[in-house]
Amino acid sequence: MKKLLTIIMALALVAAVAVGMVACGNNDIKDAEEVELPALTLTPDMDYSNVNIAGSFKIGMICLHGTESTYDLNFINAAKAAVKELGMADGQLIIKTGVPEGEKCYEVATDLIRKDGCNVIFADSFGHEDYMLRAARENPTVQFCHATGYKAAIENLANYHNAFASIYEGRFLAGIAAGLKLYEINKDKAADKQNYKMGYVGAWTYAEVISGYSSFFLGAKYALNQKEAGLGNKLTMDVKFTGSWFDITAEKNAANALISRGCALISQHADSMGAPSACEAAGVPNVSYNGSTIVSCPNTFLVSSRINWTPYVKYIIAKTSKGEAFGTDYTGTLKNGSVALTALNGDAIAEGTVDAIVDARTKIINGSLKVFDVTTFTVGGNRLTGELVQNGAYQESSTASAPSFDAQIDGIKLLNKVFEADKDGNPVLLPGDED
Amino acid sequence: MTEQKKTREPLFHLVKRINVPAWQAWAIRGGAIVGGFLLIGILIYAFLGIFPTDAYRYMFEGAFGSQYRVMVLLRDLAILLLFALAVTPAFKMKFWNIGAEGQVLMGAYCCMVCLYYLGGKINNVVLIFIALACAILGGAIWAVIPALFKAKWNTNETLFTLMMNYVSVRIIEYTIKVWVPGGTGVLPTMHYGNLPTIAGENFWFSIIVALVLTAVMYTYLRFSKHGYEITVVGESENTARYIGINVKKVIIRTLILSGIICGVTGFLLVSGINHSLTSESAGGRGFTAILVSWLAKFNPVGMIFTSLLVVFLSAGTDEIMTKGGITTSFFSQVVTGLMFLLIIGCEFFINYKIVFRHHAEAPKTPIGTGSTTAETALTASEDASADAAKEENV
Repeated sequence: MKKLLTIIMALALVAAVAVGMVACGNNDIKDAEEVELPALTLTPDMDYSNVNIAGSFKIGMICLHGTESTYDLNFINAAKAAVKELGMADGQLIIKTGVPEGEKCYEVATDLIRKDGCNVIFADSFGHEDYMLRAARENPTVQFCHATGYKAAIENLANYHNAFASIYEGRFLAGIAAGLKLYEINKDKAADKQNYKMGYVGAWTYAEVISGYSSFFLGAKYALNQKEAGLGNKLTMDVKFTGSWFDITAEKNAANALISRGCALISQHADSMGAPSACEAAGVPNVSYNGSTIVSCPNTFLVSSRINWTPYVKYIIAKTSKGEAFGTDYTGTLKNGSVALTALNGDAIAEGTVDAIVDARTKIINGSLKVFDVTTFTVGGNRLTGELVQNGAYQESSTASAPSFDAQIDGIKLLNKVFEADKDGNPVLLPGDED
Repeated sequence: MTEQKKTREPLFHLVKRINVPAWQAWAIRGGAIVGGFLLIGILIYAFLGIFPTDAYRYMFEGAFGSQYRVMVLLRDLAILLLFALAVTPAFKMKFWNIGAEGQVLMGAYCCMVCLYYLGGKINNVVLIFIALACAILGGAIWAVIPALFKAKWNTNETLFTLMMNYVSVRIIEYTIKVWVPGGTGVLPTMHYGNLPTIAGENFWFSIIVALVLTAVMYTYLRFSKHGYEITVVGESENTARYIGINVKKVIIRTLILSGIICGVTGFLLVSGINHSLTSESAGGRGFTAILVSWLAKFNPVGMIFTSLLVVFLSAGTDEIMTKGGITTSFFSQVVTGLMFLLIIGCEFFINYKIVFRHHAEAPKTPIGTGSTTAETALTASEDASADAAKEENV
């Protein structure tokens, strides 16, 4: 009897698991319609027509995590694409994943040079910088290229370089999709029912994130003003910080908190699926980052901006193999294909989104539209001034490749701050002004 | 009796093995390791398409492929061994200290505090010694807190030490944010208080310290009165009390020792290796060390080999992933995890045997008789320990 019961229980369990798996499978099958933006005529960084790379040329790539992190995945895919575009063999690219931000980074770089004879070493994480620098000093004939760092301009080593991309251009364009979506939600509502509040989940309260959400906000504001002059002034945004680049639970909780505060649309600058999946569950439109989340979020995903590192990796390989020198800082742009938008979700975007994005994209590239145009926003009620404000706009990423815009634009409310520095660089822990 | 109940006898049952010959136990362990490698080979072939012989060659190359790789491997081995040496005396006493991670982090933290505030202000050699002293103090304090609570209020040391790990992680994260207000959470490398390199490399310090401490720990546990007391407390607290050992004192003293080794390890991680600190500097080795220590039956010399197995597997699977172009970290973790599961699983078969129903030869001794024998044996050994202790006290 007992045995029979055991067998029945076991069968029931197997059946439940099987049903569960089939059910999950079904969810994935439902596809949203993807709308690609019309291709852009890119301006490459150099002429690649006469680049011939020797079979012995090798590239080492040091990644903090593996492809389970969207950030590293984006980097690894770019390296593979660049190698392919240059007609190199797979074996010429050696990828080391899971390299922590410590002495191990130096050791892996050294091993890549001594054992595999790599000519270029890439590293993708901020904390790799000091160890990359040390390896660079010891190996002057090898080029070291570090993404997101800032010390190349200071150290001035001939073989050490930093890179970043003007992702604020991409976020501005993604902001246009958000602004038009808000317009669509509100256009038939009575004035007192209208809601132009967005929410933003950020990792840390520092320039890279501030520059990102400010440009996103300005993009949405631009789109609203295009629809109806002055409508952009109604736009507000709440920002909540998690204090981590990758924390599924914290990002999900932050997104849910923003939704419960009445935010009609959410975007984020953090690497997990926390915020997009919270939006999908709540049915709130989401503008993603780093890559499309349309498969998991077919109802709420609008668009995502991303850095495409392929032009950068390609440029570095070509320059190094030709033995030509290149600058300490590389800034990828919309123009050279380093900043890109994913396909849009045709089922979720507002009417006219593609045309509006294409129009703004053309204007940004030809210089007639500036993301940080100081006439479009105020800081504490006043127009932004300072060293980097030139020709009516803040010149982002002009002195170093890493973003530097960290002003608090009016209309954006920070619900909390995860550490920021005062004028003297001393830390200030700010209590959340959450209500 | 058995005739009557035969219909209700389960399919199989477990019988405790008594007095397994050493050769048999080692044969089972060896079999598990060989079986583990075979399983890894099959899995890698099935999922990655790398032929098993190639996979083993890559593993070997990843670990010993160049002089530099051998040095890195030996240094990694040394650090893991130090973690294991730190947990061993407490484990031998059956004090389940799973807080080596946090104790090493606190050692590293205290060392970094010295480097950060005193670097460049005092003589570098003096700074190194101050940093070492602070690291030892930090590790020891972090280890002795749960020991005091255990001794005084009999709190659960496993939960306590586990939670202390998280406290240390948060202290480090908080401090780094105070020191680096930018908010990137990355502390730049320190230019002061770094251990000198030997023969141009920074591997040797860790290796030498690990070797010396292994010898010291072996002697301490095997030949000293303290080591003997630890063994008795581990076998039976009541016996220990009966023969006049101050159990509380032994617990606290042993945990201070654990903390000191953790402090030294933290110092080596900061001053000798990374010159910086993150909340992940210990890298989970505080937990892996439990496995290392356990597999070696708490024998410090044996731990050299179990550490070697762990670092070899880690370097080996990394190389397979690189060669196979696998860019997700999951696979190497699964492979290493399976290997350890098999090795730990085999301990079960050393201690128990499975007896199937309808087996032609039913176990000659029913379970009851076996356990009686075991109890007798245990009592005998306790008597012997008690006698030995008395002799020593005299």
